[in-house]
Amino acid sequence: MIAFKDVTKKFGKTVALDDVNLEIKKGMITGLLGPNGSGKSTMIKLISDLNKPTKGEVLINGGEISQEIKKHISYLPEIDHFYPWMKIRDAKNFVKTFYEDWDEDRYQELLDFLELEESMMIKKISKGQRAKTKLLLSFSRRAEIILLDEPLSGIDIFTREKIIETMIKDYRGGEQTIVITTHEIKEIEHVIDETVFLNKGAVALAGNVEELREQQQRSLVEIMKEVYGNGKDF
Amino acid sequence: MNFNPSKPIYEQIIDEFKKKMVRGELQPDDKMPSQRDLAQQLKVNPNTVQRAYREMEHQGMTETQRGQGTFVANDTEKIRELKDEMAKKTLENFIQEIQDLGFSQEDIPILIEKYRKKGDKN
Repeated sequence: MIAFKDVTKKFGKTVALDDVNLEIKKGMITGLLGPNGSGKSTMIKLISDLNKPTKGEVLINGGEISQEIKKHISYLPEIDHFYPWMKIRDAKNFVKTFYEDWDEDRYQELLDFLELEESMMIKKISKGQRAKTKLLLSFSRRAEIILLDEPLSGIDIFTREKIIETMIKDYRGGEQTIVITTHEIKEIEHVIDETVFLNKGAVALAGNVEELREQQQRSLVEIMKEVYGNGKDF
Repeated sequence: MNFNPSKPIYEQIIDEFKKKMVRGELQPDDKMPSQRDLAQQLKVNPNTVQRAYREMEHQGMTETQRGQGTFVANDTEKIRELKDEMAKKTLENFIQEIQDLGFSQEDIPILIEKYRKKGDKN
């Protein structure tokens, strides 16, 4: 379980997160949803320990985010973080040396599934292929926690579908925790267990997606529109 | 399978299996698809499929045999019940909608007789 306790994060005078209290459940897929600047990426960066809270704390399984815990976190950043001159094979070897939970069989299988080739050079492939490469390298680890920051943004619909299929393919429910930030609510609403709507650095609504549908008899998109005043911020 | 986004997905998965059982596409003792395969095929969260399977077992629609998978329950009485339950639901919706149009209960058999497809006596 990932817990945010009274977490405030400021960048200079800008308040990115404002006194957030939240529990992200273990073994489930949680969607962090909200407009640009609502604090989604900041939350992901705090979980991956790339940023520290200004106030409050982020705990994983009840404890601080130690080096030991970080070994079990796979983080997919929004930016392209691999060197452009690398081939997919080089990028793989780079990731593989850092993490003990690398699963070569799974890598080979996903390479095939995502229609990528090891000899492809990062700078020469399309944006969609780069997105798939990042996904490939995140999901080829047997990580307990997978953090995906905007894996679908700016990607064509076919690639988005492929990315979503990769998420649920071999997903170990109950064990693995996936946190995904996105604007593409329609596409992930079948895939997430829990939703967190963020607005201006605060949690506007959080809950189990199936329970929300049951209680409100509405889709997540409709619920979202209400939360954000008809979605004019999107 | 197209999901209605305003209804819980696990319920829609269960309804789909009910239909298959009632229509005889799934027979007693038939093996159910594995949860993993179904999640991939439907492109839904495996946790959601797991919840649907748990609920179907709880309702006596299926049985799990350790190490062998999940099977349709060998219970023809249960299937008759499901069939009746689904007929009831469909008719209740139909009656509600017809009444919303301003017809009375008494109009219903007349309307059915009028619009029933010819040659479809059953």
